[in-house]
Amino acid sequence: MLKLENLKKSFGGVAATRDVTLDFADGSLSAIIGPNGAGKTTLFNLITGRFPPDTGRILLAGENIAGLSQRRIVRLGIGRAFQVASLFPTLTVSEALAAAAQAHQRRETVLRSPFPLAATTKQGDEIMELLGLTRVAGILSRNLSHGDQKLLDIGLALALDPKVLLLDEPTAGMGPEERWRMIETVQRLWRARRMTLIFIEHDMDIVFKVAQTVRVLSYGSVLAEGTPDEVRTNAKVIEAYLGKSAHGTAGQGATA
Amino acid sequence: MAGRWRDLGLAALGLLLLLLVPVFGAPPAIRDFIMFGMAYGLLAMSLNLLIGYTGLVSFGHAMFFAAGAYAFGLAMQSGKFSIPGAFVLAIGFTALMALIVGAICVRLNEIYFAFLTLAFQMLFYNIILGWVSFTGGDQGLMGGIPRPKFLGIDLADRTQLYIFCSVAFVVCIAILRQVVTSPFGYTLRMIRDNQERAAFLGINVIMVKLACFVISACIAGVGGILLTLFVSGAYPNFGFWTTSGEAIFMILLGGSNVFLGPLVGTVILRLLNDITVTYTSHTELVLGIVILVLVLGLRKGPLDLLAERWENRRQAKAQAVRDAADKDAQAGRDA
Ligand SMILES: Nc1ncnc2c1ncn2[C@@H]1O[C@H](COP(=O)(O)OP(=O)(O)O)[C@@H](O)[C@H]1O
Ligand SMILES: [Mg+2]
Repeated sequence: MLKLENLKKSFGGVAATRDVTLDFADGSLSAIIGPNGAGKTTLFNLITGRFPPDTGRILLAGENIAGLSQRRIVRLGIGRAFQVASLFPTLTVSEALAAAAQAHQRRETVLRSPFPLAATTKQGDEIMELLGLTRVAGILSRNLSHGDQKLLDIGLALALDPKVLLLDEPTAGMGPEERWRMIETVQRLWRARRMTLIFIEHDMDIVFKVAQTVRVLSYGSVLAEGTPDEVRTNAKVIEAYLGKSAHGTAGQGATA
Repeated sequence: MAGRWRDLGLAALGLLLLLLVPVFGAPPAIRDFIMFGMAYGLLAMSLNLLIGYTGLVSFGHAMFFAAGAYAFGLAMQSGKFSIPGAFVLAIGFTALMALIVGAICVRLNEIYFAFLTLAFQMLFYNIILGWVSFTGGDQGLMGGIPRPKFLGIDLADRTQLYIFCSVAFVVCIAILRQVVTSPFGYTLRMIRDNQERAAFLGINVIMVKLACFVISACIAGVGGILLTLFVSGAYPNFGFWTTSGEAIFMILLGGSNVFLGPLVGTVILRLLNDITVTYTSHTELVLGIVILVLVLGLRKGPLDLLAERWENRRQAKAQAVRDAADKDAQAGRDA
């Protein structure tokens, strides 16, 4: 579904992505792990066209999308939630989802939408149901708890009905219990929507338990990839990233 | 949908109230006050579509007010157009001008956008001043604006003019209302709140801003036309930067987060103006103090303050609903 071929990106001499080649199967649930500054977010930025790669190709269902504008890439079916939730502070949850859904149906232009915004849309309601946001439907985005903000950020991406969904640290800044609830939600939406889902995560327990495949990034390159079991026992990973313990969260140090 | 019928009902009610004024034989001073208020009200209301809803602070909005006024006045003085024809022509001209100016300005953000609109306004103002043979320069369009009858309507008659202006005014307000409640209007709010995220939802931010800029300019243009009909002339100060400044004052005085806030601000500013002119010669001083009190004391328009109270109450209710639901869920997990 999504293939990255020899992607490279530097920021003024700092190589954030060095020759990354990865393949994400259609309908798979994959995790990307790696220490801070490994280039995980940069990889998402490249895929979503926030900036173009210096070299390399990004193939979505066989078509090269590298260098296309962010907007075009969204329309082609790649949705994304951000490491720091990126929301519309003055809109309520249901307004934001309805507006996003209507924008996706290309109804945001003035001539196509002579009618008032439907305060609720079928799509928006489904997303709230799926993510457990129905209980906060009327709350302004800026008044939401941290966890609900992360969920709404995912919800906005879902409103685009993406084929590929990229979640940048959906559990960032959460306590252990909240993390598990979030990751269960992610699993649930992946099953419900049958999309290709890629998430960045620091917590090893979560990654090894949930993901079908795991990619380990380090200094901008792919250190290892495979099933959780393969990665867990990979010598390079144990040495460079996990430290001595192959289990638990011993090696992950920083979480932010 | 229900909201829409309510809005249309309110618009009809507003029009009815406006039309009752001449029926009750209000003194001409009051009628004049209302007519000025409608013209400047459209200027402020349309500017707030940019400032309040889209987060585009334009310092040059009065150029479209003047564009509508001059285009209409010149078309009528040429003797080749009926009033409806000149009306359409003037709006078309204003739209075209907004399209060109906007295409350049909306690419820039914040302060750069503000200054560029100010620069275009200065340019337009200087063209009006300089092109004496066409615009009358600093004397404005002299000799009155002819108002030939059309469809049995005679705008030379003050009452009929009042009715015509009221209808045009209410239609424009209804259009603005429609714009801000449509998905397009929510797109504007998304752009105001978080432009990057809006782009990431596939929204063409530049095009939406440009459309908003043109719509708002056209409404300001209608304001200019009404003023021209009313004073039977057009003057360079319609497009001077102080007129844009006044429109921003009106928005500040009323409130930018409530749909009719700028209109309330228009009434307040014009009242303040009329009162201070009658009793003192220090109009600017009084206005300055009022603005200072508002900006430093309330930090927002009076209507905004009310709206905020109301919103806070609704939020408290919504949060209570959430807290109850979360408590239930937690109890379920503990069990
Ligand atoms: N827009 C940017 N400009 C300059 N440097 C950047 C930019 N984005 C990322 N980087 C650099 O690229 C490296 C990888 O960053 P990032 O992808 O955010 O890491 P991660 O998400 O894995 O923590 C870091 O050294 C970071 O400073
Ligand atoms: Mg990151």
